[in-house]
Amino acid sequence: MIDFINFYLIPGIVLGSIYALGAIGITLTFGILRFANFAHGEMMTLGAYLTLTMMWLTGWHPLVLLPVAMVLLALVAVGVDQVFYRPFRNSPAVVVVIASFGLMLMIRSVTQFSWGAQLQAFVPGIQRPTIFFDVLRLQPKHIIIITSAIVLMGIVHYLLTHTRIGKAMRAMSDSPELARLTGIDTELVIKATWILGAATAAAAGVFLAFDSHVSTMMGFQILLPTFAAAIVGGIGRPYGAMAGGLLIGITEELSSYPWIGDVPLLSPGYKAGVSFAIMVAVLIWRPSGLFRGRVF
Amino acid sequence: MTVLELDNVTGGYGETEILHGISLKVDPGEIVVIIGPNGAGKSTAMKSVFGLLNLHGGRVMLDDEDITNTPPEKVVRKGVCYVPQTGNIFPNLSVHENLEMGAYVRRDDFSGRLDDIYQIFPPLVEKRNQPAGTLSGGQRQMVAMGKALMLEPKILLLDEPSAGLSPKYRGEIFKVVRDINEAGTPILMVEQNAKQALGIADRGYILVDGQNRLDDTGKKLLANKEVAEMFLGGGSVPAKKTAARKTKPKARAKARGKSKQ
Repeated sequence: MIDFINFYLIPGIVLGSIYALGAIGITLTFGILRFANFAHGEMMTLGAYLTLTMMWLTGWHPLVLLPVAMVLLALVAVGVDQVFYRPFRNSPAVVVVIASFGLMLMIRSVTQFSWGAQLQAFVPGIQRPTIFFDVLRLQPKHIIIITSAIVLMGIVHYLLTHTRIGKAMRAMSDSPELARLTGIDTELVIKATWILGAATAAAAGVFLAFDSHVSTMMGFQILLPTFAAAIVGGIGRPYGAMAGGLLIGITEELSSYPWIGDVPLLSPGYKAGVSFAIMVAVLIWRPSGLFRGRVF
Repeated sequence: MTVLELDNVTGGYGETEILHGISLKVDPGEIVVIIGPNGAGKSTAMKSVFGLLNLHGGRVMLDDEDITNTPPEKVVRKGVCYVPQTGNIFPNLSVHENLEMGAYVRRDDFSGRLDDIYQIFPPLVEKRNQPAGTLSGGQRQMVAMGKALMLEPKILLLDEPSAGLSPKYRGEIFKVVRDINEAGTPILMVEQNAKQALGIADRGYILVDGQNRLDDTGKKLLANKEVAEMFLGGGSVPAKKTAARKTKPKARAKARGKSKQ
């Protein structure tokens, strides 16, 4: 039982928190800008590399540098939006999706060119877990990731429900036409969306790197499960993204637990497939996602 | 002085021209109603005020200021509020948040205005924390109008506020429209329920095929024989009136249902 918690449940919650943070950005972009942003995974990667570079320069802990990485990535996102997406503002969604795909390849090339394609690590060597009550093995990094993710999701919730711009974001997600008629500055809302999306992407990237390693493919590798999380939760629903992320992260890890006998139920190689199986199952049961997202 | 004036406006969506020279005006304190058959350009005329279509000619004046082709977000800031016929609330925002969004362009303290709105629409008080999309049609219409009133607009534009409502709510909405007007806001309204609308209107315009056909006071239009034949379901003979009234809403609802499919 304790092995179940130590080696499956806790890593599942960690992975789920990372998916959840990534999925928030995807679902916000989908809800407000109305397209599936394929470059979001690359934003996570970029966030991790920016943090790594600052670690080389300052020697500080990644968690301390995370806020700086968030700001830098937000600037990148707003800049990219102005230069790259703004001309497509009135284009059909499919054009913007393809554009984001192109942007994904560009950002990846820039990262590979600047930092090299080899694996890097935030913290070299193996971290020793802290053992609680003789049996509960918690690695400090896992505690940090889970608590920071909870705090960040709390902040996202506060922004969306208690601030003027956050409410305007939800309003625009409901109806861009009515938002304009109401006098909401839609360009400002779009900027806010990119900033919030980039900040959560930076966190997802840094936590993922903190949990394993930094590589130029890391964001792309979790992009599809993150999409699955956003869809499971309901497109355009930030709370759905959080719930969907946790659901998919936890089930992915639990799928390799030896539920029957003492061999893993599924080989860990099938983990990626699990997220899509969950997505299909949830959508059959509830076609618009857990939190009743947008239907197209 | 005139609050709002359309002067020989022509225009439409893209290349198609829908309005072929419409002129109308709203004076301070007035309720002005636009009626006309389907496709006459009633809603389009209203949208032309709001910069929602390409005007090829003519002028839109607000308080002697030319606002022709001004984008909607700027028209709002000038004190014009528009309640579209459909999609006029944010369904996932609570009633209270919808009202707050109505005051989005206000930077001052609008809590007093919120209290006023809840006084105008008492049913909204207990629904204030409910998502607006879960409300009934009549209550949604109240949210939409309340949201527009948050700005204390110079003029309120209403596109078919009574569409799709039960007769009970329809009467209530018309009463609210009159109350809002009596509190000092001029109103320009497009309506299908011509009789009720003209009943509360100071003046009315009848549009046909994107052009002005008739304009007069509400009372005179109600008594006009041509208007009666076109919109009020037969002549204005008192005995016939009640019969027409009974069958009309249903028939109209049917026709609307069909046109939507």
